[in-house]
Formats: sequence, C-alpha cells, structure tokens
Amino acid sequence: MGEEASVRVVRCGGSELNFRRAVFSADSKYIFCVSGDFIKVYSTATEECVHILHGHRNLVTGIQLNPNNHLQLYSCSLDGTIKLWDYIDGILIKTFIVGCKLHALFILTRAEDSVFVTVNKEEPDVFQLVSVKLPKSSSQEVEAKELSFVLDYINQSPKCIAFGNEAEYVAAVRDFYLSVYFFKKKTTSRFTLSSSKNKKHARNNFTCVACHPKEDCIASGHMDGKIRLWRNFNDDKKYIYTCLHWHHDMVMDLAFSVTGTSLLSGGRESVLVEWRDAMEKNKEFLPRLGATIEHISVSPAGDLFCTSHSDNKIIVIHRNLEASAVIQGLVKDRSISTGLMIDPKTKALVLNGKPGHLQFYSLQSDKQLYNLDIIQQEYINDYGLIQIELTKAAFGCFGNWLATVEQRQEKETELELQMKLWMYNKKTQGFVLNTRINMPHEDHITALCFCNTEKSEHPTLVTASKDGHFKVWILTDDSDIYKNAVGWTCDFVGSYHKYQATNCCFSEDGSLLAVSFEEIVTIWDSETWELKCTFCHRAGKITRLCFGRLTCSKYLLGATENGILCCWNLLSCALEWSAKLNVRVMEPDPNSENIAAISQSSVGSDLFVFKPSEPRPLYIQKNISREEVQWGVFVPRDVPESFTSEAYQWLNRSQFYFLTKSQSLLTFSTKSPEEKLTPTSKQLLAEESLPTTPFYFILGKHRQQQGEKFNETSENELVQLPLTENIPAISELLHTPAHVLPSATFLCSMLINSLLLSKETKSAEEIPDDVDMEEEKESDDSDEENDFTEEVQDTNNTDLGVDIHQLSKSEEKELRKFRKIDYSWVAAL
Amino acid sequence: MAGYKPAAIQTYPVLGEKITQDTLYWNNYKPPYNYAVTASSRIHIYGRYSQEPIKTFSRFKDTAYCATFRQDGRLIVAGSEDGGVQLFDISGRAPLRQFEGHTKAVHTVDFTADKYHVVSGADDYTVKLWDIPNSKEILTFKEHSDYVRCGCASKLNPDLFITGSYDHTVKMFDARTNKSVLSVEHGQPVESVLLFPSGGLLVSSGGRYVKVWDMLKGGQLLVSLRNHHKTVTCLCLSSSGQRLLSGSLDRKVKVYSTTSYKVVHSFDYAASILSLALAHEDETIIVGMTNGILSVKHRKSEAKKDSLPKRRRPAYRTFIKGKNYMKQRDDILINRPAKKHLELYDRDLKNFRISKALDRVLEPTCTLKTPEITVSIIKELNRRGVLANALAGRDEKEISRVLNFLIRNLSQPRFAPVLINAAEIIIDIYLPVIGQSPVVDKKFLLLQGLVEKEIDYQRELLETLGMMDMLFATMKRKESNSVLEHTSDGFLENKKIES
Repeated sequence: MGEEASVRVVRCGGSELNFRRAVFSADSKYIFCVSGDFIKVYSTATEECVHILHGHRNLVTGIQLNPNNHLQLYSCSLDGTIKLWDYIDGILIKTFIVGCKLHALFILTRAEDSVFVTVNKEEPDVFQLVSVKLPKSSSQEVEAKELSFVLDYINQSPKCIAFGNEAEYVAAVRDFYLSVYFFKKKTTSRFTLSSSKNKKHARNNFTCVACHPKEDCIASGHMDGKIRLWRNFNDDKKYIYTCLHWHHDMVMDLAFSVTGTSLLSGGRESVLVEWRDAMEKNKEFLPRLGATIEHISVSPAGDLFCTSHSDNKIIVIHRNLEASAVIQGLVKDRSISTGLMIDPKTKALVLNGKPGHLQFYSLQSDKQLYNLDIIQQEYINDYGLIQIELTKAAFGCFGNWLATVEQRQEKETELELQMKLWMYNKKTQGFVLNTRINMPHEDHITALCFCNTEKSEHPTLVTASKDGHFKVWILTDDSDIYKNAVGWTCDFVGSYHKYQATNCCFSEDGSLLAVSFEEIVTIWDSETWELKCTFCHRAGKITRLCFGRLTCSKYLLGATENGILCCWNLLSCALEWSAKLNVRVMEPDPNSENIAAISQSSVGSDLFVFKPSEPRPLYIQKNISREEVQWGVFVPRDVPESFTSEAYQWLNRSQFYFLTKSQSLLTFSTKSPEEKLTPTSKQLLAEESLPTTPFYFILGKHRQQQGEKFNETSENELVQLPLTENIPAISELLHTPAHVLPSATFLCSMLINSLLLSKETKSAEEIPDDVDMEEEKESDDSDEENDFTEEVQDTNNTDLGVDIHQLSKSEEKELRKFRKIDYSWVAAL
Repeated sequence: MAGYKPAAIQTYPVLGEKITQDTLYWNNYKPPYNYAVTASSRIHIYGRYSQEPIKTFSRFKDTAYCATFRQDGRLIVAGSEDGGVQLFDISGRAPLRQFEGHTKAVHTVDFTADKYHVVSGADDYTVKLWDIPNSKEILTFKEHSDYVRCGCASKLNPDLFITGSYDHTVKMFDARTNKSVLSVEHGQPVESVLLFPSGGLLVSSGGRYVKVWDMLKGGQLLVSLRNHHKTVTCLCLSSSGQRLLSGSLDRKVKVYSTTSYKVVHSFDYAASILSLALAHEDETIIVGMTNGILSVKHRKSEAKKDSLPKRRRPAYRTFIKGKNYMKQRDDILINRPAKKHLELYDRDLKNFRISKALDRVLEPTCTLKTPEITVSIIKELNRRGVLANALAGRDEKEISRVLNFLIRNLSQPRFAPVLINAAEIIIDIYLPVIGQSPVVDKKFLLLQGLVEKEIDYQRELLETLGMMDMLFATMKRKESNSVLEHTSDGFLENKKIES
C-alpha cells in the first residue's frame, strides 16, 4: 500500500435483514431482502448471498419484482428514488427521481407504467398512498414527478396496505379502521369494528392486512391475536366478517398462498400458522421458529414461503411447512451485555444473540457461524415475561474454556444466578458444559476474567461481584478410579472493606490480579492471594481497568466515573499520569502495547489510541459516531497491513471494531465498503440462471459427459481444458443477441461438431489416433484456413467472426474428418 | 427447527459419601448378626447360613491361634499358646497330628501349595516347616530376631512361603535353600502379610501402614498406604483379586482398589478389629473384634430378579430392524432423527398443559423421592409466568397436597426461594376462601408455625454468627465460607396478613 487513504469509520456487515418483507424471484431461486442502504440477493437453495445491490444513498424501504420482466427488480428508498435493477448481473438499470421520502412500494400487473408508493405529508405520522407514473425514457436518470393521490391517512408500514383481486381495490388499515378504495368506482369505504369505539383500552386495533388473490376477501390481523376475514365489503351496510383466533398476542403479519386456499399468519409466539380454507379447525403449525415472526412472504411460484424474524433471520419454508434454509445475519439483541469478544480458535466475533444463546459471527464473511445454547431451556416468548439473560461471558486458556453467567431477577430480593463453564471439545469442535455453579455470588456479577498465561497448568477464573467479594475459581482434578473428570471449584474469596467489586483484570504474565473496589484498585499476588498494594485516586468509581502489555506491562490503567483516566506504575506504586477523559470503552490490543479508549461527549464519541508509557495519544479520531459507543474490541489481522505513517501504525496488526448504542457494528478502514465485501462470482450466476429449456438439457448432458471424461483422463486436463476449450463456444452462442448471430446453418454444424468432439475423445483407445490426426491436419492446414476465412466474411460481423475463428480452428479440422466418418449416430439421437 | 428443550431439573450434589459401584457392592451386605465366641481354647466351625457352630474342636490346653483350612477344606491346622501345632480332620474330633518343637506360642500356621506341608511361625523367633504324613519337622529357619506373628504360603510354588515378624522384616523362604531368599524392611512390627494369587505382589501391614511390594523386582516398595490411624492388624483379598481389604484397631475395614490403591469403601465396626476374612465370591465378610464379638455379614444375592409377569414388550428385533442394513449402490439413505424421550411432565409442559404438569409432579411418588423435580417444575412454571394459573382452581384435596409439599420442604435452604414464592401465590389466591375447609386451615396454621420457627432459628444463627465474627476479628483472621440463607421479609408480611 503506497499512498495511504485516510482512515474512515466503515459499517461492516451485520445490517438488518428483517426490515421489510423479503421478495422471491419468479422461479423461487433467489430471495431479495432490504438491508440498510443495500438490497441483498440470496440463493434459496444454498443460503449464500450472491449479490449486493448498492446504489441507494439512504435506507431502502421497499422492493418489488417488475411484473413485466421477472428478471428486474424495483426498489424505493428514503432518498426519494425508485431504482430498477437487473438482479442477475447486479446492475442498476434505471433511476426514477420522485423527490420525497418513500416509505413503501407496491406494483400492480395491471398498471404497467405506474407504481404505488407511500409518502409522508406535512405531519409526521400521516402518510398517503400515491401512484407515481414512471415516464418511458431511455436515459439512466428520469424525473418522475407525476403523482396522483389514492388514499390518505394510512399507516407507514407496508404490512397495512394490500392490493386485492386483480387490483380492483386496495385495502389499508390504521388504528381501528379498515379503508377500501375501489379503483373502478373511485370510492372509499371505511369499516370500523363496532366494539372498538366505546372501549378505551380495546386491543383490537388493526395490525396488518392481506387480500385474497382470487376472491373478494380481505384478511386483517389484530392486536388481540384475532384474524378477521372480511367479505361482501362492496356494500357499506351488508359487509360481513368471520373471526379466526389462535394467536394470543398481536398478529404480526398475514399472507395468502398463491392460490388463496390457505392463509399464513405469525406473531410473537414464533409459530407459523397455516389456516386451510379459512376454517378455524383446519390449521397447521410450524412451531419454535426462534423469534417473533415479523414478516411473511410467499413465492410467486407458490412452492416456498419465507418468514423474517426479529432476530435478524429469514427462514425459507417449503410448501409442506418444513424449514429448508435459514439466512441468519448478526443477531441484535435488545442489549449486548456480554460485550464483544473474539473466539481465539475461530477468530469469530462473539456476543450474545438469540435469547439465551451466544453467537459466533464471522467478520470476514458477514455470516453467523453458529449459535451456542447457553441457557438450554425452552424459550417462551411472551410479553412481560422476565427471561433468563446471559449477562457475562469470557474465553480463557486460548479458547479451551468459556465461562458464562446468566441471571434472572424477578424481584429486588430474588436473584437467580448461574455460572457455567464450558470446555472446548476437539472431537466435536464445540463447547461442552463442564461445570455449573448455582449462585456463585450473592449479588450481580460485574466482571469475570481468565488468567491467560502460557504455562496454564491450573486454569484460573476470577469473578467480581456486587456483594463485595471476588472469587477465584480453579480447575481441579476430580477423577477417581471410575472416571477421569475435571471440575471447577472455588479456591479463594477476597474482599476489601465490603466495597462492591466492580472490575477485575489479570496482568499479562498472570502474576498479578487487579480488582477494583469502587474507588480503590487492589493488587493481589496470584500465587498466594495476598493483597500487595492498593491505589486510589479519589475520582469516582473505577469503570474500566486494564494492565499494559509487552513493554508497558508495568503500568495499570483505570478509568473512573468522573472522567479521569489514571495510569499507575506498578514498580514505584505511584500514579504515573492522569488525564481528563470520559472513557466509555478501553480495550488493549493483544498484539501491541496500544490501548484504544473511546470517550463520550455531548457532541459524539472520540477515539484515542495511546501507549501507557506516555500520556500523549498516538492517534485521535474525533466524532467516530454520533451515538454512544458501548463496546469495542481489537481483532488480530490474519495478514498484517503495512501502514508506514505513524498515525496509522496501530492498525497494522489488529483491527478495531466497535458497537454503538443502536447496535451498528463499525470499524476503521482505509478501503471503501464495496472493496471490503467478498466479491461474488458473476460468471457463476450467469451460468446458473440459464433457463431450463430442452436445449439446456442437451447442453447440460453434454457438460456432464465432459466432466466424466475429464475425471477419467489425467488430472492436468481436468484443471485446464473444460473451461478454456468448449464452454466459451457454447456460452458465446447463447449469450450473443440473436440478431447479430451468424446464420443458423453455419452455427449448427459448429455446434454439432463441438458435441461430437467430446464423444470422440472420450474413448481411450482412440487417443493415439487423435494425435496422428493432428499431425496430418497440420500438413493441409493452409487450405483449410482459407476456406474458413471466406465463410467468416460472409457473416458480415468481424467481431464475432474473430471469436469463432479462434475457437473452432481445431474443431473445423475435426469436422472435416467427420465428414468422412459414418453418420449413423444421428439416427441414434 | 430446534426441538422442544426439556425443563431444566436442578441437580444438587449428593452430600456425604459418594455413591459408586464399589459402595453399592460392599453396602450390599445385610445387617450384621453379632454373637459371641466364648471359649478361647476352642475352634468353632459355623455353617454357611446357620448362626450356630456346627462343630467345635476343644483339644487345646491353651489359647488357639490361626486356625487355617487346607485348600480342599478337609484338614484344619491351628497353633497354640503352649507352642504346639495341631492338625485336625474336619470330620473327626481328636487331633490327627501334633507337631511339637516350638518353645513359645505359635501365632501363624499355613498349608503349603502341595497340601502336604505345614509352615508355622512362633514367638521363639523360629519358622518351621512340617511334613504332614510323617508328622516330622523338616526345616527350621532362625533368621528372625523377634516374634514371628504372621505368615503365608505361596499358592503357586510349594516351596515358597513368607513370614512377617516384629523385627520389622518380612522374609521369603525357600524350602529348597535352607535360608531366606528375600527380605524387605517394613519399618514397623509386621502384623499381617499377604501374597497375591499371582505371587508377584506382597502386601504387608504393620503400624499404620499397609505396604505393597513387588516381589519380581526383588522386593521393591510399590506403594505405601496410610489410611488407618491405628495399627493395621489384618489383611484380606477379595475373591476377584480386584480389591484389598485391611482391618485396623481404629475400628474400620477399608477396601482398596488394587489398580490405583485408593480407598473405594470403608466399613465401620463397633470395636477394634483383630481379624478379617472373606468367604468365597465375597458372600460373607467376617470380622473379629477386641470386645470378643464376631461380626458376620452376608451379602444379598444380586441375581434375585423379580420374575413378575411382565407386560409383553416388542421384541428386540423390532427395535433393531433395518439397523444393520447395508446401503446398496442406488439407495438413498434417509436418516430419521432419534426420537427424544420426554418425561411425562415435559410432555405436558410442551403442550402448555400447566396444571396437569404440576399435578404430575405433586404425586406422592415424586414429592417424596425426588422433591427437586417438583421444585424445578414450579420454578419453570414461574419462569413461564403461569404459576398462579397452575395453582389456582384447586379443590380441598389438591390444595392440601400442595401445602403438604410446602410444609415438608419449605425450610430446606436450596428449595426455599422457589417455594416461598409459591406459598405467597397460594396465599394470595386462596385468601378469599379461607375458613371453608378445616383441613386446609389446619395446614395453613402448620405452615405459619413452621415459618415462625424458621425465622427464630435464623435469628439465632445470625446471633451466633455475630459472636463468631467477633471472635475471629480478635484473632485477626477472616472467615471466608459462611453460608447463611435469608428468609425473605416479604414472606413474613404475607404470613401476617394471612393469619
């Protein structure tokens, strides 16, 4: 890296997948979902992200397939544009500039040149449904300002609007009203639930709506868990509705199947309910989907459903209610209490995710690796339930041990605490529960840390708690003649004048343990557990504590509540320096002496990188985020970078990730986010998207045969030949527009030729013949050449001609040989 | 998606002795049948099952020692205080042979492996080998320098035998060489010696030590065990050779594993133990004690399976059907996930039948045997926020069942937090109908009394703790592990409302 771009804050993955309904492609092969400013294209079969469509400059709020061309996708965004994409190649085709914030997008088959969007009018909570006429123009960017008003006073969420039965009407719900607008009559009917008017705390407000694809029937979901099916709503007086009730909490989303025979509903219970024939008794369930169902969508082909969940996950479900694929993003729990950690074995980012689980998230591939179930109890998702929460976790002994703390507090006096210690099992490549400790402390555990030394014969864990004690747990040999077993037992209990223990930290060599008791830092000898010395700066409670590393291991750093950062020298037992800095996050780099501190001010968060030996920071970046930064972590790089400038040297061996209060995961990088993302093979996608025509089957078979052939022959060929020789010929044929192709008679012979070649070379005994053939061909090469060039000139397309010329040079020779050969195989075909 | 996760049942460490397969084996002895042996100059032979002597030899002038059966069980030999060694036929009454030669008390006798010789050791420091057919002395060894009190002949080699003496040595003699071939220094007066069936290992006991020697390595000390705190007087091997037993004056018999030499079990007796023997197949353990009592314990036979007419279950082959089917070439193997077994209460919980689940764990079989399951289910219901629903709507009989459980377990510290919460809910629910059933009212009063007693007790404990703290403070030492459970104040208030 020669010249260095400035370091910027970059959002790195982990964006929301469940913001809007996912959309299936026409053939159900791909699924699209909005993800922040991007649209992600996933394969439904492999769960892989095949494309990321970027172009919007603000949150994408809606996506719909183009009904006229199912290989195109419309999207709208808060930046006021509607964009048309070719999702196969990931190309932006067109941009329509509307000019106001767009909150949802609807497209009808009937209205070819116009789309429907929801826009915000004056008041913050009042939305309108308008139709936008998309002007026909060849230019890339088109202004689309022709708006016509359809419905007023609607809900922002696209779940509350549905177009029904051949787009004759549109239904919208808000609060206690269902409004239906008929396009033909251009009238609006409004229905109210009778009971809702007089009761003050009625829970039957509308939450979502769906329209039957074939009949005049509207399904609406309600806050109290009921689903109402409205019929005969053409008449303001004679309308009827029936009720379906299974959900005990709010119905989050509804969807009709393509034929309209079944209705899908989901909610907080995390159970997908399928109502057959709109009957109360005919229902099927898919339970335990893990988290609240936010959205349900149905593929146009009707073979797949998908549900988006509040834990940032999309589940693709087969028609017979079997989950077939899970697309899982970074789970963003309500609060990240465990902080960010790095698993030393997989180098994955670890934090609490799904309720009761610890998630291992790969930063490189922006993908969740796996979930470790810590609490191991049935998760009941209900409003107002106090759940067991995973509050602390720590890795120790190079990833061989994992300690987790879970708690549940119902009342002030009733605290349930449990500490679990997990051992890494090499055979199963996962963590196995080793020891479970009930009530390790009498009050909340504030910190836990392992002693990570090289010679860890006795793995040691320290927990600090609000009950004024810190406890040292050691691994003991619990084996007898019947079994070999290890377990953790309490070795030492320490306290200091009954102050609450707030932090604990081992020095790098493991010889010293620092425990902070409110304002006081105590240093303990880890061999004998004797109190060595205490430090106190009288500047408020210690919030962060860490030892210096490597050459700076004689320093101890502490950040206090009142915004003072202190550095003590352990040799002289004196304060080395202190600085006024309101530190929120303090993280030591495992590969260097550097320590990153993030301070919080009223304007935003600032980053300081410094060495404990000198109070002057190495690097300062102001205003890294407007919100409060909650956690940070250094991730060692696989390949060290080589920034030469002094300011960026701290990024050479590690990368710094941090998590803000709104749970966006950010990092510092010099590259643009596009570069960071793993490139996806576009060629692969093009190959994959070939339509399955009879022609394809011939080619497919042909290619399979080739594969077999090359498996049989030597391995060198296997690597080189199949792609370079034959595939270009076929793909050239298929990818060239029809009007520029040479005449069919010319191509036909070429194609058959290429097909035959493989059959010829397949048989092993003919290989020597081939060689001979080559030689004899070379002798009469010249006249062959001439013949061929003449033909090419006939086609009037030199560009293509050159290609054909190059590709079929040898094949033409073959062809000539085949003219002499018996053609009886044609009959066999 | 992920299957149903069963409710977590809290397990508690079993206090006291650890239950292992060894404790089960050795605990399987029936209660001891103690009875006295009166005559010191007699040998009583007891039947296997009757507790009466079936035969008595009483031709001794003085105290008899170390009666030993020959391997085939037809002859018995014993030493005597007056220095004589007498050999009896098991069916006869008069001594078959009398070996005269020792000048002092003979404390140890044994048959050699060829059955035709007898080895004896005496307090005159000599060890003698006798020939049974001729009733003559063959050899005399005078190598010990103190009383010879124990000995043992090899079971493999007719010429080898060992003796232990109060001169702290154990010597191995070979009848072919006229002198000892091996000598090991035990360090204390040797009270008992034992050879392993293979002859390779020698066990000696003396003082508080049991020592194991490797004979094949020339008498190298293999392991020294110090598990008794008084002199170890006797040793014995179990029939399988897997366990070694030692009896001691500290009134304990310890069982060791012979692979790791760790204590796997321990018997307690009423008095100091002088002798110890195990019957064939470990069926009986017999211990002689200083108070003159002989303790005999029979082991319950394991094979006593109840042959009740069982419900006919599907045959074994139904379960393994298709398990060993080999995949053919074109077959597609579809693995069906193993069906997870769920407990009955878990099945109810899975289907949200909460009252049913609670009823199930309140059955007497569950509450008495495994109260922790009941408590865990109550805790789980509380976690799901449905405990009040599950407890409500019960009739007199059902509520008294719940109250019975509370009364029995409320004061247990490990169950207290969960059960106090449940008790509060019950009081809240059933407060309006109090006074309708005298049975339930009585139970409530009982519960109240229990809680008051517990509070008093806790207060007393706190006072004691305060006193101890003061004492420790004066001694400049800190107490680290004081466990104290707190009864919640909220509960106290509720009780008052209820009463």
